[in-house]
Amino acid sequence: MSDVFRALDDETRRTILDELAARDGQTLFEICSTLTMRHGVSSSRQAISQHLAVLEAAGLVATERRGRSKFHYFKPEPIAEIARRWPPGKRIDQ
Amino acid sequence: MRIAMTSIFVDDQRAALAFYTDVLGFEKRHDIPIGDDFWLTVTSPESPDGPELLLEPAGHPAVKPYRDALIEDGIPLAQFAVDNLAAEHERLTNLGVVFTQQPTDIGDAVIAVLDDTCGNLIQLVEMKQPANDGGAA
Repeated sequence: MSDVFRALDDETRRTILDELAARDGQTLFEICSTLTMRHGVSSSRQAISQHLAVLEAAGLVATERRGRSKFHYFKPEPIAEIARRWPPGKRIDQ
Repeated sequence: MRIAMTSIFVDDQRAALAFYTDVLGFEKRHDIPIGDDFWLTVTSPESPDGPELLLEPAGHPAVKPYRDALIEDGIPLAQFAVDNLAAEHERLTNLGVVFTQQPTDIGDAVIAVLDDTCGNLIQLVEMKQPANDGGAA
């Protein structure tokens, strides 16, 4: 679970997840262009590629090849796991 | 100095000519046999005196790894301007063209990326307002 928290501890990576949650299945090129144009993120493609690798290692992003291109998908399961461990509305002292 | 011609590598020059003319709507300008290949160019009917696109054979060994890496990351090798991206997207999708990026609003423009079936991704761009050319008229 610690790799999930580490992956989420970065504003650019959280923004990448926002964009994938809004439109799933994006290429690196599409992610880079929306980050630049919508969010003013000026990171290089190489830097974004490394951010995606961190997210993928944490299980928050999965990739799939379709044709000759690679598409990225948001995987919310690790975040659901956090919510299961500390469910909202359930007090420990009850 | 002007940009008169630019080139992309294509897997099969005849298939590329068919895609770039019949599907995208460009017109053949030059088609000159050179050995087993052709010096093959197309232009846009909307700007016949504009730059030519050279459809160059992809036989050089450096071409495949170069293009494979770009396609994997979804990076287009050329950008074409359209007046109405939504209409072009619908027209081309109906012709069986595969888009790796659906029309996306990026602020000043709407962009989309398609597979040219010859080994390249092509970006279509609709500018929302005329580009500022610095005042030259």
